[in-house]
Amino acid sequence: MAAEPSIDALGQFKLETSLGALGASVNFTQSNLMMLIAGGLILALLVIGMRPKAIVPGRLQALAEIAYDGIHSMCIEQIGEEGKRYFPFVFTLFFFVMFGNLLGLLPFSFTYTSHIAVTFGLALIVIVVATVVALRIHGLHFFTYFFPEGAPKALAPIIIPVEIISYLSRPVSLSIRLCANMVAGHVMFEVFASFIVMMAASTMLGQFGVVAAVGPMVLNIVLMGFELLVAFLQAYVFAILTCIYLHDAVHLH
Amino acid sequence: MSDRKDGENGSFEARLTAARAKQGMDPKPVDMSKGISGNSALSVGLRVGTEMVSALAVGAGLGYALDRWLRTSPLLLSLFVLMGGAAGVANVWRVLTVKKPKAE
Repeated sequence: MAAEPSIDALGQFKLETSLGALGASVNFTQSNLMMLIAGGLILALLVIGMRPKAIVPGRLQALAEIAYDGIHSMCIEQIGEEGKRYFPFVFTLFFFVMFGNLLGLLPFSFTYTSHIAVTFGLALIVIVVATVVALRIHGLHFFTYFFPEGAPKALAPIIIPVEIISYLSRPVSLSIRLCANMVAGHVMFEVFASFIVMMAASTMLGQFGVVAAVGPMVLNIVLMGFELLVAFLQAYVFAILTCIYLHDAVHLH
Repeated sequence: MSDRKDGENGSFEARLTAARAKQGMDPKPVDMSKGISGNSALSVGLRVGTEMVSALAVGAGLGYALDRWLRTSPLLLSLFVLMGGAAGVANVWRVLTVKKPKAE
C-alpha cells in the first residue's frame, strides 16, 4: 500500500540555494533573491513612476506619490516635525516588509518575512536606531526613561527592571508579530491546498470527492483576499510601531 | 453654470478647489491613523497578545541567563518571570493609552 498522503505545511519555508552553481557556492538562497527582487521593484516603482514628472499624475506616478505622501505624513503625525529626518528609514522598512509580504503571495515565490531571522534582524535595527537616536538627543538623560517622573522612590527596584524588560521586549514582539502572521497565513494556504488534492484523489469519496474539493478551493480564494490585507496591515503595523518607538526616542515620555 | 455664479464671489483658489472636488480630482488624504490601521479589534487583540507574551519571554530569558551566569538558580528566574509579567501588563497599558495625548 502506498504511503498515505500527508500535509507538508512547513516545507515551503525551507531555504534552498538559488541562481544555480554560483548561488550554491556562496549560499545565496531564494530568500536573498526575493529580497533583491523586492528592492529592485521598490526602486523601479519610484524611479519609473516619477519619470513623467507630470502635474496630473498617471497611475504609476500616483501610486508612487501616495506611497511617498502616506509614509511622510505618518512620520510627521507620529513623531512630530522631527519625524522628517527619519522618513527615509521608515519608508525603506515599510516597503521592504510590504513587498516581502506581497511577493510571497505569488506562486513559486518565497516569503522572506516568514523567517524570524529576517524579521528579528529588522526589529533589532529599529531598536538600535531608536536607542542611538535617544542617546544622541538626550545623552544620559535617556536613562530617566526607565524611571517615570513622580513615581515614588521606594518603588524604583520594581519599576526599573520592569521598564527595562518592557523596553527589551519591543524587538521581540515586533518581530514575532510579523513572522507569526506570515507563517500562519502560508501554512493555512498549504493545508487547504492539500485538502483540495487529497479530497479529489480520495478513493473513499470517489466521484463525490471532486465536488467536495470545491470547498477548500473557495476557502483558499477567500484566504488570498485576507492575506493581501494582512500583508499590507503587517507592514503598516511594523512601520507605525517604528514611528512610535522613534517618537519615544525623540520626546522620551 | 450655477457653479460659475457661486464662484464669482470666492477667490480663484476656492473655485478651483470646488471644481476639483466636484470632479473627484483631489484624492482624499490617506488617513492612515484610522480605519484599517491598528484600531480594528482583531489587530489590537493580536498586538496585545504578542506584547504580553514577548515581555514574559524576555523576562524569563533574562532571569535564566542571569541565573546561569551568577549560579543563583532558580532565584532570579522566578523573580524575572514575575517582572516579565508585570512588564507585559505595562506594555499592554501603553498600547491602549498611547493615543490619548494626541487626541487632546
